[in-house]
Amino acid sequence: MELRYGHPKSLVSVQSKYCPGCGHGVIHRLVAEVVDELGVQEKSILLNPVGCAIWADLYFDMDTVQVPHGRTPAAATGIKRMRPDHLVICYQGDGDLAAIGTAETVHAANRGEKFTTIFVNNAIYGMTGGQMAPTTLVGQKATTAPYGRDPGAAGMGYPIRVCEMLATLEGTKYLARGSVDNAVNVRKTKQYIKRAFEAQLRGEGFGLVEILSPCPTNWQMSPTAAVDWLASDMIPYYRLGEIKNELSTREEAAL
Amino acid sequence: MVEEKRLMKGNEAIGEAAIRAGCDAYFGYPITPQNELTAYMAKNMLDSGRIFIQAESEVAAMSMVFGASSAGGRAMTSSSSPGVSLKQEGISYACGADIPCVLVNVQRAGPGLGGIAPAQGDYFQATRGGGHGDYYHIVLAPKSVQEAADLTYEAFGLADKWRMPVMVLADGLIGQMMEGVALPPPLKPVERPDRPWAAGSGKSGARNRISSCILDPEALEASIHSRYERYAAIAKEHTSFEEVEVEDAELVFVAYGTSARVCLGAVQAAREAGLKLGLFRPITLWPFPSERLASLAVAGKRFLAVEMSMGQMVQDLRLAVNGAAGGAAPVDFFGRCGGVVPSEEEVLAVAKKLLRRDS
Amino acid sequence: MANKGKPVIDRERCKGCLLCARSCPMKVLAADETPNPWGYYPSCVVAGEKCIACGNCYQVCPDVAITVYKL
Repeated sequence: MELRYGHPKSLVSVQSKYCPGCGHGVIHRLVAEVVDELGVQEKSILLNPVGCAIWADLYFDMDTVQVPHGRTPAAATGIKRMRPDHLVICYQGDGDLAAIGTAETVHAANRGEKFTTIFVNNAIYGMTGGQMAPTTLVGQKATTAPYGRDPGAAGMGYPIRVCEMLATLEGTKYLARGSVDNAVNVRKTKQYIKRAFEAQLRGEGFGLVEILSPCPTNWQMSPTAAVDWLASDMIPYYRLGEIKNELSTREEAAL
Repeated sequence: MVEEKRLMKGNEAIGEAAIRAGCDAYFGYPITPQNELTAYMAKNMLDSGRIFIQAESEVAAMSMVFGASSAGGRAMTSSSSPGVSLKQEGISYACGADIPCVLVNVQRAGPGLGGIAPAQGDYFQATRGGGHGDYYHIVLAPKSVQEAADLTYEAFGLADKWRMPVMVLADGLIGQMMEGVALPPPLKPVERPDRPWAAGSGKSGARNRISSCILDPEALEASIHSRYERYAAIAKEHTSFEEVEVEDAELVFVAYGTSARVCLGAVQAAREAGLKLGLFRPITLWPFPSERLASLAVAGKRFLAVEMSMGQMVQDLRLAVNGAAGGAAPVDFFGRCGGVVPSEEEVLAVAKKLLRRDS
Repeated sequence: MANKGKPVIDRERCKGCLLCARSCPMKVLAADETPNPWGYYPSCVVAGEKCIACGNCYQVCPDVAITVYKL
């Protein structure tokens, strides 16, 4: 009997606090798998800000830095500039990256900072119980949009496509959007993460991998219904693929 | 060995002192009246291959400091009052995660956008823990360009020794004026303390996790108590002040920074006229020299606090002396705010009036 | 001839989300009728002989509760 798929070394083997069916679990595993494959566990530093991502320092077996809400790219700038040979990973949710931290995200991207951002887009605020996020879809319900997100009369704005927005900045070199709704997309997302981490280790940046992720609890769906909704409603709005690839390796087969 | 004196602007002397103290990374944002410091760091940090970033905001700059320091670097930021308000979140995090760093506040008049002239209205913000939660950090108040350089240099060492932010609380007058300053020699690499706890150091034998988040209430309480034991040790070791002609003084000015220089002039003018005034100048605003002030109160001194504010440090003075002499030590206050710097003459007039009233 | 495989589920790690069952092309997995100590009804192997070791279940499992072997 040969082991085909087992527990990654740089992920702590413990039951997580994440809800049943939460995308964080899959994304944590993908990040850990890539860290293991690149052999960089001992020189990785992961930043865990505010949101469900706060728990990440319990689950990654590497140095971690817990930072103020939204300031993740700013703190990562300081860390990566001080330790340029380390793999620096920002692990952020949609509130951290696209609401309170929008300025820090845009300016770190604009400066072409060399850390990699893993952006978990679940179209809701998870940790605080289901409020509207910058990525919540029009008509999607949230505790602060009880009748559904309404850009019209209620002035709630439109969902933000972060990858497309950042693509306009010269400093961004690799922006990809993946999803963990099914096994095919999970495997593809892992390749995006690997490409982004390898780019960082070569000294290329700014790189970001946005990952559409289910939040069954706050979408008030079962885990399987949640991934179905992600596929039917989120993917048409947030298109999957490499939104921008200006890496030195871009001549390789497109994913 | 100290160099010959050179003429420097306060803001630039602070920058040069920071570089000599081994500052690895400076993050700042423009704000009057400290822009010369940011510009000085831009040129000199880039010239010496160190890290300089003009951040997108003072908020971001403070988190850049947090990051660089958690990764082992000597990191610094500077701003002026409204920008320092923006940094409070990051300062609370740095204090909660025990992250060393140096912060410079070149104070201007508030509240709000206020004015760009010098003031001392941020004393509460600096010494009362301007951000949320139970914490303090060392606050150093220079009175001259020379002292601004010396205290900035010292701040880096104190920050590392005690694992906390250290703030140099100056004001626009000190930042802008030019005086002779003899700069300390550059710190040798061997004199730099190690940071085995830093992210990426690989030296602690375990995973280094920087965090101020402790969700279990009793565990968080215990960690705060342990930090406060450190604060008590700092108060014993590093409380710093200057006394000028206090022994026989009938009235003692209590003032720091630019206000202290004004009061010094008043003391000198008074002594020439046969009036016995003295000056007590706190140099560490936190830890505040309460013990020494209490003993002066017990010795029968009366005090006149002079500040460029509506009265902030005077509250610490009252706390220090009220209990000591059974409530008997008189404490009076004189202040100008809005960016107005009091003159020696008006301060001396207040002192004379107080003494005449009682005699 | 397809690979024969074997998925092993850690009953106490599993939270019963059943994304694995949904992802399995061979319908190898389904919810167990007996709950685990946490109160979840974990995934379990109901048609092990059909497993082809594709690893889909491992890929979608948020809890790394599944180990997949190739026989």
